[in-house]
Amino acid sequence: MPHRKTSIRIDGELVSASDGQTILEAARAAGKFIPALCYLKGLSATGACRVCIVEVSGVNRLLPACTTPVQEGMSVTTNSPKLQKYRRIAIELLLSERNHYCSVCVSNGHCELQSMAKSLGVTHSRYAYGYPKLPVDVTHERFVLDHNRCILCTRCVRACAEVEGAHVWDVGLRGIRSRITSELNRPWGESRGCTSCGKCVQACPTGALAEKGWGVEEMVKRDDNIGRLALRHGGRR
Amino acid sequence: MSKARVATVWLDGCSGCHMSLLDIDEAIAALAARADIVFGPLVDAQEFPKDVDVTLVEGAVSSQDDLKQIQTIRKNSKLVVALGDCAVNGNVPAMRNTIPVKKLLEGIYLAGTQGERGIPNEGVPQLLRNAVPVHEAVKVDLHVPGCPPPADAILYVLTELVEGRKPDLAGKVRFG
Repeated sequence: MPHRKTSIRIDGELVSASDGQTILEAARAAGKFIPALCYLKGLSATGACRVCIVEVSGVNRLLPACTTPVQEGMSVTTNSPKLQKYRRIAIELLLSERNHYCSVCVSNGHCELQSMAKSLGVTHSRYAYGYPKLPVDVTHERFVLDHNRCILCTRCVRACAEVEGAHVWDVGLRGIRSRITSELNRPWGESRGCTSCGKCVQACPTGALAEKGWGVEEMVKRDDNIGRLALRHGGRR
Repeated sequence: MSKARVATVWLDGCSGCHMSLLDIDEAIAALAARADIVFGPLVDAQEFPKDVDVTLVEGAVSSQDDLKQIQTIRKNSKLVVALGDCAVNGNVPAMRNTIPVKKLLEGIYLAGTQGERGIPNEGVPQLLRNAVPVHEAVKVDLHVPGCPPPADAILYVLTELVEGRKPDLAGKVRFG
């Protein structure tokens, strides 16, 4: 079915988008930058991180660009003091929720949460830290899952289910206790579905999922390959 | 023009932020023309002085002693700067927070020993339940994250502050 074309305005500029595209997809296709953490090109969108929120004229709440479909005549603002404020709040809440100690992390210097905090000017969290006691799953032969560094973006869940087709990962428990789980909460190393492909590791924006054997600052990831593979298998453009 | 009175303190940290401060190299000479360092590990003063313009705080607030110090510092300083990740978010000192203090000390001083020396309780300050960022103990005017913050950033912050301007750190510093 051919895609119908829709016209929307992004920061005042007229942009042509396909029906069914989201605001984020239309913006990126037009070369406009909207910051995002849980969005990964080629995977479905969930709106988990709230960093990509935008203002839409006539709507009196902020909408996540990654899950809001474009509509004819829509006028979108991608950056404003208000958006900056709420994006910073989203990052500060993520930082305070778990134990993010960049200085001892494998992904230090290559972490999307860290660089997002920097680019949004987040120099500290105004929210009290929770210091939850969280486990580290080292049962897999090649990889490690550190819940202390997880922001529940679910990019690993989606990469595994939608690109690798193994669907080892899910989100278990509720609310603040929510946690990434492998195969009905079995230790990762005992998972029978895991093909050890490592797509979840590459998709993870922080140091929560990493390869074993790397030291602080050494884990560099390539999530662009996941987007490329996803597109080959009919993922979202 | 009178010189700005600058203090530096070292709470629960590794002194790495002070090392980074020294890494501003010869710029410290220019800075010395504009500011006097009136307290800190780098000078001899024993008591935290009154009427300090800027205090750079390295380290988390971890013990009763840290808490008392930071309260005095706040009272006697116009501006308090949290310098480095420990002061900004707890960092490594805060990694103990998932373990209750009693269990922590028993694990360190009793487990695997005959317990002959016991848990030290004389001459050492009591630990707080949590090692917390400075801003959870007192009001902080500026946060400079980094482990340690780069020397350039420290020099920029100090220069701006002693000149009476507010530094804008957006995009200049990061955690870790």
